[in-house]
Amino acid sequence: MLSFILRRLLVAIPTILILIVISFVLMFAAPGGPFNSDRPLPPAVMANIEARYGLDQPYVVQMFTYVKNIVLHFDFGPSFRYRDQTVSGLIAQGFPVTLTYGLWAFVVATSLGLALGIAAAIRHNSWLDYLATGTAIGASVLPNFVLAPILVLVFTLWLGWLPGGGWYGGQWQYVVLPVVALATSYLAAIARIMRSSMIEVMNSPFIRTARAKGLPMRRIVWRHALKPALLPVLSYMGPAFVAMITGSVVIDVYFSTGGIGQYFVNSALNRDYPVIMGVTILVGALTILFNLVVDVLYAWIDPKIRY
Amino acid sequence: MTFRTLIGAASLAALLATGALAQATHPVTGEPLAENQTFTYRVLDEFPSIDPGLVEDVEGSHIARQLFEGLLNQDAEGNIEPGVATEWEVSEDGLTYTFRLRPEATWSDGTPVTAHDFVYAWQRAASPELASPYSWYMELMQLENVSEVITGDRPVEDLGVRALDDHTLEVRITTPLPYFLQMVTHTTTFPVPRHVIEEHGDAWTQPGNMVGNGAYVLSERVPQERLVMTRNPNYWDADNVILETITALVINDENQALTRWRAGELDQTDIPIGQYPRLLEEFPTEAHALPNLCVYYYNLNLSESGPEALKDVRVRQALSLAIDRDLLVNNVLAGGQVPAYGLGHWAVAGYEIPDDMPFTDLSMDERREMARELMEEAGFGPGGEPLTFEILFNTSEAHQQLAVAIGQMWQQTLGVNTTLANLEWQTFLDARGNQQYEIARAGWCADYNEASSFLDIVTTASGYNDSAYSNPELDRLMEEARTAEDTLPLYQEVDRIIARDVPVIPIYFYSTNIMMDDTIRGYPFENAQETWYGRTMYRIAQE
Repeated sequence: MLSFILRRLLVAIPTILILIVISFVLMFAAPGGPFNSDRPLPPAVMANIEARYGLDQPYVVQMFTYVKNIVLHFDFGPSFRYRDQTVSGLIAQGFPVTLTYGLWAFVVATSLGLALGIAAAIRHNSWLDYLATGTAIGASVLPNFVLAPILVLVFTLWLGWLPGGGWYGGQWQYVVLPVVALATSYLAAIARIMRSSMIEVMNSPFIRTARAKGLPMRRIVWRHALKPALLPVLSYMGPAFVAMITGSVVIDVYFSTGGIGQYFVNSALNRDYPVIMGVTILVGALTILFNLVVDVLYAWIDPKIRY
Repeated sequence: MTFRTLIGAASLAALLATGALAQATHPVTGEPLAENQTFTYRVLDEFPSIDPGLVEDVEGSHIARQLFEGLLNQDAEGNIEPGVATEWEVSEDGLTYTFRLRPEATWSDGTPVTAHDFVYAWQRAASPELASPYSWYMELMQLENVSEVITGDRPVEDLGVRALDDHTLEVRITTPLPYFLQMVTHTTTFPVPRHVIEEHGDAWTQPGNMVGNGAYVLSERVPQERLVMTRNPNYWDADNVILETITALVINDENQALTRWRAGELDQTDIPIGQYPRLLEEFPTEAHALPNLCVYYYNLNLSESGPEALKDVRVRQALSLAIDRDLLVNNVLAGGQVPAYGLGHWAVAGYEIPDDMPFTDLSMDERREMARELMEEAGFGPGGEPLTFEILFNTSEAHQQLAVAIGQMWQQTLGVNTTLANLEWQTFLDARGNQQYEIARAGWCADYNEASSFLDIVTTASGYNDSAYSNPELDRLMEEARTAEDTLPLYQEVDRIIARDVPVIPIYFYSTNIMMDDTIRGYPFENAQETWYGRTMYRIAQE
């Protein structure tokens, strides 16, 4: 197992390098540039800016310098768009924010989603199933860019219970609405996957045997059915977990949380190359890490799986 | 003094003291002041920079204007008034300016503000090392040797600015500029503290490090969330500053911002397009339409790559004539915008749109009739060749609405078909800048409050001349205006040429639509540049 983990971590290094190369190529292929604006800068001014940021160098040199600075100094460079900030600074400020609301959303989505899915599966085709399935479908067709403004309208404007945005260091009032808005669609997906997987497992021969043995339902579900039924959910939850903790552009835009989710979109629109690279590498590394975690969990849940 | 009067005076003083706490009044207007002296407003995005040398956007300059003070300020109408400079004089030839600085001005850390700070700031803003996107502003100011300093061919010390003593600043420019004093109200010309920048480097703008000479100091800054400024007790006029705290909240979505304004979380926010009339009805004292020194127009590609038909001035005139601008501003935009037939802005200082602007004396029906005739003359009338143009704009619902409406007007009046194309911002700029379009949306905002800031954009040499228009007569007039005593007739003639020759189709002059809490006073609603200073603002107590 240990050698498996080490091997996977070693493979991660070339994976990230390939990710960097592809992102660089795509980035430079896009028209425009970080310092192009509505009013074109005089050539002399543009030349100064390009010299300052090394943009006058050939692409390959820029890419090499970039990787070198990360490896040697763990320096992700300055932001081109937000000149008072560095990429590390922006991520250090924004990542804890998305991590906070993302973790909470994960906890909410997973616990409620699993509960809903299990309940629906074991009471298959009962009112409970219809209620749970209905809720899950309702939640999944309500995208968060619709849900977010509705939540603010109801809880901020009409009821006046919660602030409509801001973060203020993550005080609970500011965290609630982002968590609800983010968790809802994941909750729905987890519930649906859990339900169908649980139904399948409950119909399998070993469960029938367990029933025939006269085991109580509670014991069948918790001891025998849950673990194998979790596998498909688990493979969904790995990437979903990364997506949640790196935040969402919708949540950051609607709730002004200052999280890093928004950088996925606005750094690309601004052609803020270092920020694009910074968030891409962050998500890439986290995805690799949590895919590994999922694989390890697999082996723990299902003894048949060996690496 | 008897014992009685003593008691009387003491109790009166006590009464005044408590009374003053509960019911402070404005020293000039006498309005009762609220206890809560805060002002919270919405900004669209995190500030690219709040370093005066680097500030490149309007929102960043609003911040820099609270944290720093330049030589001169603007009053509520946009006229100049003393800032750090109390007196100034111009030499006979208009090339040397001498500013006397107030000796009581200090940085927020208590060190005095001197002429050397201005020299340092200006040299820094022009230096290749800082590589400021706004170093071109120094070029616009025509400072001596500025171009060579920017290219690095001369040391920054050669820039035309020097300190005659601690409190006297001398500025040398190469061409007399009638609007030079207006230009030193701009953030790029603000002083910066050398001792702080040398100590902290790029991190000097972080809260805790940043030192300014404005009425406020930076107390908190969370990127993409908020920026908080508090009153600076070391500001030379701190006694007259009433607002204690100014907070800018980053809210990307304007509808969300409006909801939060309604919930009372904000004092000021922008009104989304088209919602002004409804909000004005609902909040008559809080919805405002302010003049804005920007113009919206369509570029026509007159270069080799552009459509042949657009090279015919009659076609261009017909397209311009067929647009019912009153309908657009009243029904589509509906936010106090003003129809534009030229580029010279109605609200710009010292400019008046000429009474005899070509075609403006016609009614809309006459304009349509004339447009049809011109099209026919050009060979594109009914029975002629059908014309189709593509209107390119950067992706936005507002631009689309306008393009649809204009396309319809062209279709109905002239039988001209239009197709719409939208591109993401950077790709759009690329396409428009390289003349890969037929008709493209454009907007331009003044760099300084003078008509040339608008009219320059259609000169042959302008970097913003995306129509690729070239008219020697127009170029000559603009060149002449640089040194002319009376610029108005020259500018008016240029504006007439634009209306007659139609290198661009001017559509409307912008207006800014904002919601402002009605307890906030002292905001310069009359200033077309929206140059606001927190030190003149205050919140009144609600009855």
